[in-house]
Amino acid sequence: MAVNSSLAPVRRAGAASGRSSLFRQSVRRLLHNKLAMSGFVVVLFMFALCFVGPLFSPYTDNKINMAMMNKAPGLKHWLGTDALGRDILTRVMQAGRISLTVGLASMVLSVFIGALLGAVAGYYRGVADQIIMRVADLLLTIPGLPLLFIFGALLSEWKIPTDYRMYIVMLMLSIVNWPGMARMVRGQMLSLREREFMQAAVVLGLRDRRKLFNHLLPNIIPLLIVMATLNIGGAILSESVLSFFGLGVMPPTPTWGNMIDAANNMIDFQQRPWLWIPPGLSIFATVIAINIFGDGLRDVLDPKQKR
Amino acid sequence: MNNLMRIDGLSTHFFTEDGEVKAVDDVSFRVREGETVCIVGESGCGKSVTAMSIMGLVESPGGKVTSGSIEFQGEDLLQLDKHTLRSMRGHELAMIFQEPMSSLNPVIKIGEQIMEPLRVHLKLNKKEARAKAIELISQVGISRPEQIADSYPHELSGGMLQRIMIAIAISCGPKLLIADEPTTALDVTIQAQILDMLRQFKADSGMSILLITHDLGVVAEMADYVIVMYSGKIVEEGEVVELFSNPKHPYTRGLLKSKPVINQRQEELYSIPGQVPNPLELAPSCYFHDRCEHCMPVCRSKQPVLQDVGNGQKVSCWLYEEALIHA
Repeated sequence: MAVNSSLAPVRRAGAASGRSSLFRQSVRRLLHNKLAMSGFVVVLFMFALCFVGPLFSPYTDNKINMAMMNKAPGLKHWLGTDALGRDILTRVMQAGRISLTVGLASMVLSVFIGALLGAVAGYYRGVADQIIMRVADLLLTIPGLPLLFIFGALLSEWKIPTDYRMYIVMLMLSIVNWPGMARMVRGQMLSLREREFMQAAVVLGLRDRRKLFNHLLPNIIPLLIVMATLNIGGAILSESVLSFFGLGVMPPTPTWGNMIDAANNMIDFQQRPWLWIPPGLSIFATVIAINIFGDGLRDVLDPKQKR
Repeated sequence: MNNLMRIDGLSTHFFTEDGEVKAVDDVSFRVREGETVCIVGESGCGKSVTAMSIMGLVESPGGKVTSGSIEFQGEDLLQLDKHTLRSMRGHELAMIFQEPMSSLNPVIKIGEQIMEPLRVHLKLNKKEARAKAIELISQVGISRPEQIADSYPHELSGGMLQRIMIAIAISCGPKLLIADEPTTALDVTIQAQILDMLRQFKADSGMSILLITHDLGVVAEMADYVIVMYSGKIVEEGEVVELFSNPKHPYTRGLLKSKPVINQRQEELYSIPGQVPNPLELAPSCYFHDRCEHCMPVCRSKQPVLQDVGNGQKVSCWLYEEALIHA
């Protein structure tokens, strides 16, 4: 890769991280991938907007204001107000907090479950493998969205308090997402465990746990990072779909999905685009940006694995 | 000298779709304390499988040690439970492999890989282990040990990595070091250095070495005792001087003849005609018969037994059985 000229600032950035040369190389290559970096910048912007933005908004109390119902964008309310007179911009930012948190948390959880189960299945094979992978196959045979709908409907049926729903939605998304992760990790494990350095690890008299977590897992970290990144986008999208159908996080807690749902009638759709365009654009921009960044990450970290 | 390890009637078979392969077939030998035993033979003759059987690396369902015993310090390794075996591996029994490039984990720093057995077996804490690791790196003749400890395997050359492998292997002071073709993947100048190093560590610590190689030059340089294997069986064994000066088995003679001698330009280097027989199609016979210059009718129908022929040398060949019978 021709990355040797005019790299002074980039190299400094890499060295400042003070980590391994592998890590530094990857960062350097990533910084040179313009598309991926633009994705990263958008993601950063969305995070900043959602987590820092509300601090500067005078409307964070979400008070209902009948005098300000359905006002078009203007100086006082930059993106207008909704049917209850709440500031759209503030709500988009607050909704982003929830959506991004749900996406991140469900990603962490599904990567954790998927990597753990996949690693165990691939390393031990035999009965453990059969049980784990058949459960994963079972979950994979059911299309994800209908499964989520059923879960969501059950939640409504059981009258789960709306405060908890956010956490349960995270859990649901992880349940749907871990099998794919587990398969990928298992495949990698199957090939890695036969490598010579694992035989060397056996000869050193290491415990299974040590071999699995100290020797095998570090080898798939690049893969995990890439999968995790791409997973966030998917999770945000699924959460939005669920909330749009009223099966995810419930109002008044705003999420991008249920904000679009608020514009779920002809008049609002046609006459008041400020109700649904901002949350819609937010979902679009965030998910696209995350996926572009994830693709870039894959090119950098996992060059063997191209789609 | 006391016996450190005694292998008795070891057979390791692999079960393939086409049938059972007797990779190691009724092999017996011993390794005494402080001795270097070399196993020599062509590819596929069962050298490495013997080593793998000792370390317990033969994996079922593919293969299995079907019979025999491997007595190490009075205990049969094949009967030990997993836990005890694990605590012996890397501690009292160590092994180095042919390919140093692929025997180290590519994503873990060299220093940490050396520290691992120290922490597991000698229960050193992180600081002590690191100090010892750095000491070991300089012991195997690598300068800037601190820096090397913090680098990754891909940043070092093959020769350096093999030194690191040796450092890992000797880190816990093993009684027996099994070296499976330790110099085959390295270039000649490095080979000599690695062998010197092994010899020196042996002299310092009094460990025994089981060296597996196909290189007779290495054998001549390192071995006290030589075992020649062919098709999973021992065909000849003896003290190194005896065996080199007075080889008995036609295969051993062929091996010695096919070694180029420096400064002697021969018209054509001798080679043993033919190939190793397919291990699936072995009938009761001397497995070497169709490549042997002295093949007799009995060689095709009956397998010779390993016989003592004096001078501590043992040969499995009908030529000498006949001689014994006539005498």
